[in-house]
Amino acid sequence: MSETKKFLYVNRKAPYGTIYALESLEVVLIGAAFEQDVSLAFLDDGVFQLTKGQDTGGIGVKNFSPTFRALGDYEVTKLYVEKESLAERGLTEGDLQEITFEDEDDDYEEKPSIHLVSRSEMADIMADQDVVLSF
Amino acid sequence: MSTLHTVNKSPFDSGSLVSCLNHCKDGDAVLMIEDGVYGGLSGTTVSDAVQGKTDAVDIFVLSPDADARGLNAGRMMAGISGVDYDGFVELVAQHDRTQAWL
Repeated sequence: MSETKKFLYVNRKAPYGTIYALESLEVVLIGAAFEQDVSLAFLDDGVFQLTKGQDTGGIGVKNFSPTFRALGDYEVTKLYVEKESLAERGLTEGDLQEITFEDEDDDYEEKPSIHLVSRSEMADIMADQDVVLSF
Repeated sequence: MSTLHTVNKSPFDSGSLVSCLNHCKDGDAVLMIEDGVYGGLSGTTVSDAVQGKTDAVDIFVLSPDADARGLNAGRMMAGISGVDYDGFVELVAQHDRTQAWL
């Protein structure tokens, strides 16, 4: 058995103008099969990926924002969102989707996956990883 | 434990360099590559932010990328070192992880 490593996926791009955000989500889902300790970071324009009310019907591309709510089923339960990035963009936590997971270690209680962190806390999270994958 | 950060975008086109500088820890290194090397120029809108980090963070530019763009050492701010491709590999090996700022 290989040792579990800490993987951080860093998301810094808005969702539909480039392919980065969708590709990140695809890699997270593929990576989930390897049973590593996975966290996702959302900062800079990456925070726009998590906003509620996305409707891509008019631009002919898949709205992948609901997929974030499925991450809990793949044991991806740590989504760190940078407070300063939200504030710079006029956003609050209320503008983000509610994303939860069922904690199997706590009688399947439903818990929030999104954690708001400061810029300095985000720097600590980044420095605590074995592998950082950037998108 | 330390991180090598790479930045490959011009700071005049992207917030990547500033965001990188805002998240790096003392003892980390920042390597500017591709269009990121413009972040090493002196007398720009980001020079103060870069210069302010040179005590706590080692800052490098990839010389082949700087040379390709005609940025000779005289146009770079003080406290920044040039590395070649072997130096890039050395930096990766010297740090615990590499984080790309795209």
